[in-house]
Amino acid sequence: MKLQISSRIAIFALLELAACPERQLAVAEIGEKYGVSSHHLAKVMQILARAGLVRSARGVGGGYQFSGNARRTTLLEVIQLFEDLGAGDANSRLAEATAEGRALREVVAEIDDVASATLGSITITTMLKLVDRSRTRGCRTSASGRRKIAGSPAGASISAMRGHTDKSRPS
Amino acid sequence: MEATTPVKAGTLAVRPVRAADVPHIVALDKRVTGLAKPDYWREVYARYGENRGHEPSFLVAESRAADKSAPARSPILGFIVGEVRAWEFGSAPCGWVLALSVEPRARLHGVARTLFEALSAEFKAAGVDKMRTMVARGNRLHLMFFRSEGMAAGPYLQLEKELD
Repeated sequence: MKLQISSRIAIFALLELAACPERQLAVAEIGEKYGVSSHHLAKVMQILARAGLVRSARGVGGGYQFSGNARRTTLLEVIQLFEDLGAGDANSRLAEATAEGRALREVVAEIDDVASATLGSITITTMLKLVDRSRTRGCRTSASGRRKIAGSPAGASISAMRGHTDKSRPS
Repeated sequence: MEATTPVKAGTLAVRPVRAADVPHIVALDKRVTGLAKPDYWREVYARYGENRGHEPSFLVAESRAADKSAPARSPILGFIVGEVRAWEFGSAPCGWVLALSVEPRARLHGVARTLFEALSAEFKAAGVDKMRTMVARGNRLHLMFFRSEGMAAGPYLQLEKELD
């Protein structure tokens, strides 16, 4: 399955913020890491804020902070803020008038059910564990010998990579 | 409904199931699933419980404090059942988690994780390096838990058919 870009951006932003809930990050900083325009990301952040998953911090250097429940918020809930998973298009609705269309719908519904169950069972906290594991594996297999950030965990944050402490505001 | 001892950090103990636990397990399962299955749990105990003859794979969690003061009456906080199976469905030997349940009022205190880790240790001691389970797609609570413990979709698909 392919997620819409807004869903992917939202998940990335939530992972960045939930990795260190006390920290504030500016839209530009998150956008830079994932190659997303600040304009697009700002719209995504507004939707996440309305859902109560992030809160904006006012003032100079203000950014966003995670405000959701990372142990309870699932990928499915985030994705559904931006797209309707499993929604058929007009052509498929027409085809459902046929036996072939209905049979195909059953198969697609089975796939959708599995996708929903998967996305609905993976929380932000679980994703952060997967990110850590992926990063650890990446470090083990990387032959590039990249410089390790002193004292940082495997999941080095954007701020840490730039020499900021967790509570520091982005420059 | 049985009173449940609140769970405090570091107070959980995991041990092999005993015959005296079976009524508590039946009651806990009924509270969670809404269905009493005493015959089923007696059979599970006979197969996986203390009389099994080798490594126990039916474990219960209880409060250490409650256990010291009244071990016989201490209500269990959760249980897990597992078994190493080999070559079923063509699968190399691996540990199966067959059942896991936690007292609803004791949830979010690490009971399931403690049980899961204890069973994982049993499986490792038995020489297997993989464990799996099966969860209903609609059972988000169990799915979320197993996912949080690092489990992911395996290489098998479960298929079924309505019999005419």
